[in-house]
Amino acid sequence: MVVMSKGKFDYFVNGEKEKYEVVIGLEVHAQVLSNSKLFSGSSTKFGADPNKQVSLIDSAFPGMLPVINEECVKQAVRTGLGLNAKINNYSVFDRKNYFYADLPQGYQISQYKNPIVGEGKVLLDMPYGSKEIGIERLHLEQDAGKSIHDMDPSSTYVDLNRSGIALMEIVSKPDLRSPDEVNAYIKKLRTIMRYLGTCDGNMQEGSLRADVNVSVRKVGDKKLGTRCEIKNVNSIKFMQMAIEYEAYRQVELLEDGKEIDQETRLFDTKKNETRSMRSKEDAHDYRYFPDPDLLPLKLEQKLIDDLKKSLPELPDKKKERFIKEYGLNSYEANVLVSEKEISDYYEEVAKLSDKKLAATWMMGDLFAMLNDKSLNISTSPISAKNFAGLIQSIKSGEISGRIAKEVFEIMVESGDDPRKIIETKGMKQQSDPKELEKIINEILSKDKDKVNQYKAGKEKLFGFFVGQVMKLSGGKANPQLTNEILKKLLKG
Amino acid sequence: MSNITNQSLSEILESVKSKKISSLELTQAYIKNIENAKKLNAFVTTTFDQALENAKKFDNKPNNDLLLHGIPLAVKDLFCTENIKTTAGSNILNNFVPSYESTVTKNLWDSGAFLLGKLNCDEFAMGSSNETSFFGNVINPVGDQLVPGGSSGGSSSALAADLTPATIGTDTGGSIRQPASFTGTVGLKPTYGLCSRWGIVAFASSLDQAGPMTKTVSDCAIMLEAMSSFDEKDSTSINKKKETYSKNLKDNIKGMKIGIPKEYRVDNMPNDIDELWEKGKKILKDLGAELIDISLPHTKYALPTYYIVAPAEASSNLARYDGVRYGHRSQKGKDLIEMYENTRSEGFGDEVKRRILIGTYVLSSGYYDAYYLKAQKVRQLIKKDFDDNFTKVDAILTPSTPSSAFKIGEKTNNPVSMYLNDIFTVPVNLAGLPALSLPAGLDKQGYPLGLQLIGKALDEQKILNIGYAFEKNCGYKNEIKKWWS
Repeated sequence: MVVMSKGKFDYFVNGEKEKYEVVIGLEVHAQVLSNSKLFSGSSTKFGADPNKQVSLIDSAFPGMLPVINEECVKQAVRTGLGLNAKINNYSVFDRKNYFYADLPQGYQISQYKNPIVGEGKVLLDMPYGSKEIGIERLHLEQDAGKSIHDMDPSSTYVDLNRSGIALMEIVSKPDLRSPDEVNAYIKKLRTIMRYLGTCDGNMQEGSLRADVNVSVRKVGDKKLGTRCEIKNVNSIKFMQMAIEYEAYRQVELLEDGKEIDQETRLFDTKKNETRSMRSKEDAHDYRYFPDPDLLPLKLEQKLIDDLKKSLPELPDKKKERFIKEYGLNSYEANVLVSEKEISDYYEEVAKLSDKKLAATWMMGDLFAMLNDKSLNISTSPISAKNFAGLIQSIKSGEISGRIAKEVFEIMVESGDDPRKIIETKGMKQQSDPKELEKIINEILSKDKDKVNQYKAGKEKLFGFFVGQVMKLSGGKANPQLTNEILKKLLKG
Repeated sequence: MSNITNQSLSEILESVKSKKISSLELTQAYIKNIENAKKLNAFVTTTFDQALENAKKFDNKPNNDLLLHGIPLAVKDLFCTENIKTTAGSNILNNFVPSYESTVTKNLWDSGAFLLGKLNCDEFAMGSSNETSFFGNVINPVGDQLVPGGSSGGSSSALAADLTPATIGTDTGGSIRQPASFTGTVGLKPTYGLCSRWGIVAFASSLDQAGPMTKTVSDCAIMLEAMSSFDEKDSTSINKKKETYSKNLKDNIKGMKIGIPKEYRVDNMPNDIDELWEKGKKILKDLGAELIDISLPHTKYALPTYYIVAPAEASSNLARYDGVRYGHRSQKGKDLIEMYENTRSEGFGDEVKRRILIGTYVLSSGYYDAYYLKAQKVRQLIKKDFDDNFTKVDAILTPSTPSSAFKIGEKTNNPVSMYLNDIFTVPVNLAGLPALSLPAGLDKQGYPLGLQLIGKALDEQKILNIGYAFEKNCGYKNEIKKWWS
């Protein structure tokens, strides 16, 4: 783990006696983007009516057999490659046995001893420098169905649409040290997978969920503390809250001289606290064994190599290139590569206009507007081409920054080409020196008093004159030219 | 015409083709036999109306190019049949009607056959005597006190009693070969992966294999040809071209090397079995085969290995019978856990429960390495024993079972003695090999005995050929008196 010190890392829990470090590991469950489930041909589309996307295999009818979906395997390999991880040519599907109403087979097909992807790493950009988070493994497994307990006072309903959907479980090493790092890590994973097209990362729809392992230890201690696993956290905000709560709970126990039980805990989003779900003693015995219905998964090196060759440019690489090619700073590059769609939009704009100005305007006005309207870059009312047109009009001096904001507003409403807007609304900047001189002379001759005051040394009045010019020109006077001419005429 | 039903499948096919008999007449003859044989309890479900319809349909538009043209067939009730109740011999599936057809039975129907009914079997194919079925034990037509073997006991009984011209069973540890041996019929367990497992109620996935049960070796070749296929829906199915076993059947086995494993002579084995084995060796030798003494040193571990691997897989495979989606659901219980407990307590019989318990135990953390993992390693050694010897021999000859059919109730209170009946058949399942049980003679009581020919993987044609030659020269004739009708 490399921490380059830039700023200072300062997430610690201060007990009354000691100062503690929080150690966090994540098990992220990412839904594989694929048209059909891991072992059946059922659709994976979100939002269908209950039990409408369930095959005989998903509902575990007698004599039904799983057949691996090759696309899901490829997606897992792509993700592994995106995490700079070792791809295992040999992996095994195991059965994880337990009973639950929404688990039709009575076991989940997962990978236990031999996962498809081994160790890898993810790079985080933190205010105090970049930090590498180790990936322990990635394995493929089936999702379970959904039990619905609140539809009827005495019965539980089961929806099997999710049953059998492919998940990638991505297990991190215990390298995370703060809620901020967890936030950055999840976002980075999400970005990488969205770039790869292997998971849509949609947390609201449950495409990305995580179990959080939290332990604490005195600052300087090398040995890891006893960890608790927090289940059922499905947003970054809740994850962060759960970690905070859990860290403080554990520190309190330690300070009181008590031991921490290794257990599974649930995060209660209403009370903002974690509570015990089951202790280590009550832990399920899952009786893992290799699924005899499936042969071990053997991947040819050529398949892995081919997938590697076909990978898109990933965010870390793209960031480097943006800095080099477009002269952006690290912060700008980071923001603009955070989503593939944003980076694509930026590149299109940058190709047609000023690269730096485009970045500034995108990250300022454009993002503010999208945020305001709850839109994203793909649903932006302003196309990249039109946005580039606006940037070019500013850069060439055709319109001023102030007018540009007005044009921008009209573009948001109409989606029109900025040049057309500037043309039809007569918003072009007044850059003809003769015309400007005429306006300025008119103002100066009207306000002789102020001219005299200025000449007597009250230089603050310069701004007043500029304002007058803008007012008379309807805001279209070229500010730079106005300044020059005004200075010249006031001297005379 | 009255004795059409005691002919072989091959003869019947010829009669149908030459229009000596119509498919309808044939079907009616079997229905009559079945109705007269209720005492045997071989059937769980009959589909007479549907069979008669199908027979008429065939007669109206006969297609004699098909392998099983116009043939009514009863099948083990472990094969899922579309819109026909499929019970696996269990109370938990007492009311289960699949909406789908197993690949193997579909292959039969695509070959011109049609369903006559579903045959009784041990519950979830767990048993060696057909006494664990929820639908009661089946009686061996050989004698009214005898078990027909198991788990395909309904199949063996129905076949030997002329209630179906041929049938299919499944064999996880001997469930085709042992009942065949007990009833004087031919049974083949194909190479693992030759017949699709899709749509067969699973017992132990890495061992289960469907296969034919017939009156003659030629019939066996025809049935295997019809039922086997590569199936994309079964990941363990072998992707290979379909073979024409019946056309390629040859009785010349001159120069073939037959292995005789010394480990298949067990303590307390009746002399009859030894004599039968000697007789078998002599027949093959007289036909020009060379007998070679071989050793399969890990044979003695096969049974304990099997009784770890099979229950382990079964404990997991049977987890799906939980009362939530189909099958029996107990009305008792105040929450999900109690519903599970009551459903499974009421739904499963004792033998199934015993194996679920054993399987759950051997997979438990702390025991997994000592039992399941060890068993898997031994399984590899057993497989290697065979692999090593198949570089030297073409096939291996052994007895099929250590005894002839035993009496109903004789072993029900002693599971281990029951399990010992599979001692010669389980090594083959553990190794995934094909093996053919051939009727070879009678013991002193006049009960049939079988010999087993084991081949190397995908060598079905060879063991069928050896069996074909053996059958012609053995002089065995199954003369069962129809005491039940």
